[in-house]
Amino acid sequence: MTAPTTSARDRILARIRAAVADAPEPPPVLRDYRDSHHPADPARLLDLLAENLADYRALVHRCTEAELPALIGRILAERGSHTLLVPDGVPEPWLTDARVDLVRDDPPLAPDRLDAVDSVLTGCALAIAETGTIVLDAGPGQGRRALTLVPDHHLCVIRAADQVVASVPHAMPRLDPARPQTWISGPSATSDIELDRVEGVHGPRTLEVVLVE
Amino acid sequence: MSDTYLGMPSFPEAARESTKDTRLRANLTHATHTIRDKRAKAVAELDDWARLREAGKRIKDETLRHLDEHLIRLEQQVVAAGGTVHWAADAAEANRIVADLVKAIGGADPDKREVVKVKSMATQEIGLNEALEAEGIAAYETDLAELIVQLGDDRPSHILVPAIHRNRGEVREIFAEKMGEWGRPAPENLTDRPADLAEAARLHLREKFLRAKVGVSGANFMVAETGTLVVVESEGNGRMCLTLPETLISVVGIEKVVPTWRDLEVFLQLLPRSSTAERMNPYTSTWTGTTDGDGPKEFHLVLLDNGRTATLADEVGRQALRCIRCSACLNVCPVYERAGGHAYGSVYPGPIGAILTPQLRGTASAVDASLPFASTLCGACYEVCPVAIDIPEVLVHLREQVAEEGVGHRAERAAIGAATWLLDHPAALGAAERVAAKTRKLHPKRLPVGPAKAWTDSRDLPEFPAEPFRDWWKKNRR
Repeated sequence: MTAPTTSARDRILARIRAAVADAPEPPPVLRDYRDSHHPADPARLLDLLAENLADYRALVHRCTEAELPALIGRILAERGSHTLLVPDGVPEPWLTDARVDLVRDDPPLAPDRLDAVDSVLTGCALAIAETGTIVLDAGPGQGRRALTLVPDHHLCVIRAADQVVASVPHAMPRLDPARPQTWISGPSATSDIELDRVEGVHGPRTLEVVLVE
Repeated sequence: MSDTYLGMPSFPEAARESTKDTRLRANLTHATHTIRDKRAKAVAELDDWARLREAGKRIKDETLRHLDEHLIRLEQQVVAAGGTVHWAADAAEANRIVADLVKAIGGADPDKREVVKVKSMATQEIGLNEALEAEGIAAYETDLAELIVQLGDDRPSHILVPAIHRNRGEVREIFAEKMGEWGRPAPENLTDRPADLAEAARLHLREKFLRAKVGVSGANFMVAETGTLVVVESEGNGRMCLTLPETLISVVGIEKVVPTWRDLEVFLQLLPRSSTAERMNPYTSTWTGTTDGDGPKEFHLVLLDNGRTATLADEVGRQALRCIRCSACLNVCPVYERAGGHAYGSVYPGPIGAILTPQLRGTASAVDASLPFASTLCGACYEVCPVAIDIPEVLVHLREQVAEEGVGHRAERAAIGAATWLLDHPAALGAAERVAAKTRKLHPKRLPVGPAKAWTDSRDLPEFPAEPFRDWWKKNRR
């Protein structure tokens, strides 16, 4: 529905049309910028992703599919997590070595319940190597947006084989704008006090990433 | 714009005071130099920066030329995705819409009359917090710098880092004294380490996020083709406000629309590197209307004009509407660095403010008429602008307008008149240059009398070259 301020709508649109009535047609948009700044070598892209994630203070692990359950178990144990939030669609084998209480978002948990959880484990939609970015789109194994926001520790698994793209221009066509998205590049941070970067304000203060090769 | 800024002194008056503040100048010099060096490095990583910049400029120009069509498309898509679209011709209309929505949601319960806010230039511009307060609604700023400004009963002085004029000691004092009045007090023995101050803000705001019913935001971009809104941030307070409340109200200037989803690939490369000098900011949220079971159940978009269509009508000045609020121009500006953001008397300080504010508000007040002159025209702002806004060109254009309205300087108009005649008469110009070169030893460093004397109170007159360039060229070209 559209709210009953149609008069404002009509006035604004009329003002716009009057304002640009005599304006010339601007030159066409050129897309001659690069679609990526690095060669399309999968191994090199994976290294670049790991470097850029680490550069923005994410903790980065690399392992094979077979090593993944043990690694997840070890990360949670070393952090001392007792409760792990698991969104729908996280593969069950990931959890076989996790010695923690599993918390499911079914029925949906209130914000204060999410706040009491130690860690959250998710997959992702894709990751962008050049910028060190993970994109979540609430797809399987990711859950609704609040799940990766309120807990203080986010553990995110990226499949190297099909989830790593080189650049932002490579990411856009693979993402569906109809889905709510969160692009994450390192843990929550601020530079608001004297432009000194501080990691960890409102979002998860620890972002841990596992690249599965 | 906000009443807060009515009756502000003109830029030279305000700057005369602020430039004497040595602490402010030290804070600003440190901060602006740090960020400008980082930005240069982040930009240098992309060897196609010039092409990205040109693409950004052209996307915005194309959008502005057909703004009506893009806004109608955007409205259709937002509505189709379950959102509601409101249009506000000015600040009063926008504030009225937001206040009425909050009251309708909160009902008669005064405890429910509160909102959590993501940092937004548009809501500052319209003075939303003050308007809500007048209606008995508390608006909590949740960006760390905005929190510092709000608790300190202060005004923002930078687009990206609104509390750039405060150092860590001052922030500690504000938190220790004021947090208790607004909610959870600061921890005992709070230190002035930025990490401890950030932790205090996390704890203070957490309870507000978790109970909030209404979130208020702006947006960095709105995609017409899909109805998608985009908020770019660092701290996660944006995600909190966009995700946890049941209702989300976004107040966005009409110029923030871009035609296609793909266009974001340009701006999501240009903005973070120009703004915080990062390859990518920590968090970017995108949403399209409402999504069942994820985030707010209700979404309202308030499309704000408030002087933007008047700006659009000016063929030179309309390029200011390309601005993506990165604040790179502030960080390189020698005038901003010395005068500070408050002297500009507007939520938009620095070079972009000097061309945006007088266009959005008009030049009737002393401060607005003085803003086009708050520049040395050095051009550093244009160099760093990621959407190639020729700020010096617009400044000169606005100076002409102010002068034509009779507010300008008579001596400047006389000098421009004389220069115009001289440049139209090359023989006379050549003769004048040679006389000036021959007599250079006799030129004073300062002007002793006359209307331009004030100009040399704080600077030396430039030295004349020994020989006019055109004579040198005749002898040396080959």
